[in-house]
Amino acid sequence: MSGYRLPRGGRIDRSRAVSFTWDDTRYMGFTGDTVASALMARGERIIGRSFKYHRARGIMSAGVEESGAVVSLWSDARRVANVKATQAEIVPGLAVWGQNAWPSVRMDLGSINNLFGRFFGAGFYYKTFFGISGRGTWEWMQFEKLIRQAAGMGRASDKPDPDHYEIMHDHCDVLVVGSGPAGLSAAAALASQGMDVILAEQDFAVGGSILSGGSDDGGSASDAWLASTVEDLTAKGVRIWSRTTAFGLYDHGVVGLIERVTDHLEHPGDLPRERCRIVRARRIILATGAVERPFAFGDNDRPGVMLASSAATYVSRFGVAPGKRAVIGVNNDSGYASAMTLAQAGIETTLLDARASVPRSLASTAREAGIDVRAGMVPVQAIGSRGVRALDIGRYDGERALAEDRLPCDVIGVSGGWTPVMHLISHKGIKPAWNEELSAFIVEDTGIEPVALAGSAAGHFTTEAALKGGERAAAEAIKALTGKRRTKLPEPVTDWEAPLQPVWEIHEPDRKLKCFIDPQHDVTTEDVRLAHREGYVSVEHMKRYTTLGMATDQGKMGNVVGLALMAEAAGSTIPETGTTTFRPPYTPVSIGALAGDERGTLWRPTRHTPMRLEHEQLGCKFVDAGFWRRSWYYPEKGENLARAAKREAKAVRASVGMVDVSTLGKIMVQGPDATEFLNRVYSNPFAKLPVGKARYGLMLRDDGFVFDDGTTWRLTETDYFMTTTTANAGPVMLHLANLLQTRWPEMRVHITSVSDHWGGLAVAGPKAREVLDGACPDIDFSDDAMPFMGVRQGHLRVESGQDIPVMTARLSFSGEQAWEVMTPADYCPAMFRALLTRVRAAGGVPYGLEAMDCMRVEKGHVTGRELDGRTTAADIGLGMMASKKKPYIGRVLAGRPDLVREDRPTLVGLLPVEKGARFKAGAILFPQNESKGHGLGHVSSIADSPELGSWVGLGFVTGGLPKWEGKEISAENPIDGESTRVRVVSPHFFDPKGERMHG
Amino acid sequence: MIRINCPFCGLRDHTEFSYEGDATVEYPALDASEDAWFDAVFLRENPRGWHREYWRHGFGCGLFLEVERHMVTHEIRSVKIAHPGMAKVVAEADE
Repeated sequence: MSGYRLPRGGRIDRSRAVSFTWDDTRYMGFTGDTVASALMARGERIIGRSFKYHRARGIMSAGVEESGAVVSLWSDARRVANVKATQAEIVPGLAVWGQNAWPSVRMDLGSINNLFGRFFGAGFYYKTFFGISGRGTWEWMQFEKLIRQAAGMGRASDKPDPDHYEIMHDHCDVLVVGSGPAGLSAAAALASQGMDVILAEQDFAVGGSILSGGSDDGGSASDAWLASTVEDLTAKGVRIWSRTTAFGLYDHGVVGLIERVTDHLEHPGDLPRERCRIVRARRIILATGAVERPFAFGDNDRPGVMLASSAATYVSRFGVAPGKRAVIGVNNDSGYASAMTLAQAGIETTLLDARASVPRSLASTAREAGIDVRAGMVPVQAIGSRGVRALDIGRYDGERALAEDRLPCDVIGVSGGWTPVMHLISHKGIKPAWNEELSAFIVEDTGIEPVALAGSAAGHFTTEAALKGGERAAAEAIKALTGKRRTKLPEPVTDWEAPLQPVWEIHEPDRKLKCFIDPQHDVTTEDVRLAHREGYVSVEHMKRYTTLGMATDQGKMGNVVGLALMAEAAGSTIPETGTTTFRPPYTPVSIGALAGDERGTLWRPTRHTPMRLEHEQLGCKFVDAGFWRRSWYYPEKGENLARAAKREAKAVRASVGMVDVSTLGKIMVQGPDATEFLNRVYSNPFAKLPVGKARYGLMLRDDGFVFDDGTTWRLTETDYFMTTTTANAGPVMLHLANLLQTRWPEMRVHITSVSDHWGGLAVAGPKAREVLDGACPDIDFSDDAMPFMGVRQGHLRVESGQDIPVMTARLSFSGEQAWEVMTPADYCPAMFRALLTRVRAAGGVPYGLEAMDCMRVEKGHVTGRELDGRTTAADIGLGMMASKKKPYIGRVLAGRPDLVREDRPTLVGLLPVEKGARFKAGAILFPQNESKGHGLGHVSSIADSPELGSWVGLGFVTGGLPKWEGKEISAENPIDGESTRVRVVSPHFFDPKGERMHG
Repeated sequence: MIRINCPFCGLRDHTEFSYEGDATVEYPALDASEDAWFDAVFLRENPRGWHREYWRHGFGCGLFLEVERHMVTHEIRSVKIAHPGMAKVVAEADE
């Protein structure tokens, strides 16, 4: 027991008690309490355990900088790990859990690691990779497994997150981050000039440091001023967002914020748990305050050691005394106010000022309040492993102090100066400069960024200076936005009575103290020196080697101390050593909040063809292909995929079938130069394609490799209908747009994506003409009227007796006589029903992607599996489609020596030597009995061919058919340990002369 | 996130745009030499400073824009429509 609730005071609502649990034990607090203040009020001292040594950790601060009291909140799927107890509000029913400890944080068996502390110094994991000299790494690796079990922080839930989140977008003239004296005075000045202002505060209460001051200070930033300012801002339309953390500052005035919407509500209803707010501000004022920093002394990580200002905050904001006897160790003036707050609450307080000459008036006021002020004295070592019992103190000579007295106490407050919170401006790559006088990194110049710092974030550490700094930043913003010149306000200054004396670490002569600078990660001052001895000279490397500042608090308290010690070890100065770079997020952010609503189908939309319902009525099974749900197969009773696809493919070859081809990319290419344009983008000639004919075209990339293929139909002199592969619909459109807008702007061509406007069916098989004959009153499907590659526009008579517009081309992917029939999307269902009736009447079937793929493999037609971005036209057996007469995209670079080498892997057919043997796409091809190295190539596609009664494959083999035709090679699948002997054959397994599709 | 002032649509987040490559590259004639094509396709400057690049306003007007952007500060100095004819039409409409 140490802390206790004071009988009065604090900015909590004592009329509203709140019940919550701490490791299943019921506790009470008040509305306005944090988990930390409520636990402190109940005398709890051990709240967490450290990462490596499992040392007891208590409450060390009252805010985001917390490095000790880190807990898990809520239960099961809603559990959140690594929450700072100093930030979390208590809510009725809240469950708080200690973490990284077994069985509990109060009694943790993992603290045995502490005994092995000398092995676990900086770079421990790093060293395990090297092992013990001469003995290898085995023993170290075994050891590591054990420690891994014991080291860590809270565990995340492994269940899906049951909450929802949202993203909101906002704009404003000025975003003010932080609602302390500087932020409030800036917002007030801006609002009085009619600016559109957003004021964001990470705490649940507005007021910043005002909330930690005495409520009856009567100064210029009193509670009364706070209340009237908030009222005034609200009346002027300023959006005041509490519980909203600005986590990242981005380019062009964009700021990312996270609002915790429901965690403080007993009944959240349908509200999102968190809201990610993306604000675009014309100007930004960062009034993000400053974090007090400790200095290091012996066992300064014990529960009860905290920041001096935080100890005072518990008294004045939460009405909780952190202990009965306090010792405050300071090196600057600010700690006097903290000590006064404690003394006024009836806590017996001793103040140790490291400075030999103390600020006279502050010291005399303190002594009048009953504080024992001792000049030139510092804490040397804290006593009490489960919580501070006493403090050894000594006289400071500027470096060392010898313990000469022991003060009984249960709380130790430390003030080693203040560190401005510059994380957000650091996100923009702006480096702060070291200010010797304030002993702090300060950003003086934000360059071109529309950002200003104000208040203690700018090094104005007193309330008066912060208020003036806020007004000044507001005036500058108004000038930048309106051009109105106003009297330039003077730069405020921190008017401390006596200058700060830098203190980083207290050394004791002849004795090694364990001094912590990152309590969460157990980084000690000795670790920093060890890193230096082992050759880490850059501060960025030291950080990663020691893990200083890499815990969930990101070193907000201890980083500067670490930098100073690094500088000391290297014999250089702090500005020479520099600081590490802060990156977003400022405090941890839920991944769910960043995703917002963009989950499931709102992240990955589903695309159906316009014939979806017709497919579903036939019991069609669908398969994902990109965003598309494509018709896969139409099972009849008891059929699986393989049997249904085989039946469908057989039916197409024997009579007729129809397949949905709506997913093809479709682009209208129109204009007087359309012909010339196509002639440039396709590798084969298009200049002489007559109206009413289609042509298969092969498109190369600039670098000479195959990009896409498809057919293009010439509808009129100046209108072409281009189709692309399903996967490349977008990329081809973009490619063409790029050419027309940037490379050939003089070409008079217009392109329009019509992929969604037209749907289509392919009718294929020996009876395809029988199906279509008479289906369209104005189209003659005879061989003479529509030879292979013929294109016609007309109408299809549907069941209602109406004629719907169609265009059709005689094309074949299956190798059968076939037509593609296209109609505007809304007519697709009618077309589907009309053609299905006719297909059925001819004894045919609807078929899906699986059967189509099987038939194209039998024909040796390529798809994306073959056009994988690494193949040339010649590689896929289409070298004759690369025109030698005309220039076109990709032609020049396709002639590079490596792209025309004779031993390139080229397309071949593969047949298993043993009939019935199976092999897989992706298998690697090797010469017989030589399965090592990279092999000859790979299998790209396979199919269980009904026509050949065998598995067949397409693949690429070095040297291709000329070298390997008829020879046996081996298809190896080393992952499954499979090996299949296959014979290299022509890729045209079926009807190699194409008699069926031309017939 | 950078913000791009599309001459047709106005100031928008970069999430509405796609980056479409280096605008300083002059593509050679289709029948130019292999060396000329090799340079255009594979060689890129990586200036520490001002640079010109194409961005396409895919979730807007669909136009390719030529954006002058500073590679260190991300400051954008100018945005113009890449297609001169389109640029002229939009400029005239703005008058």
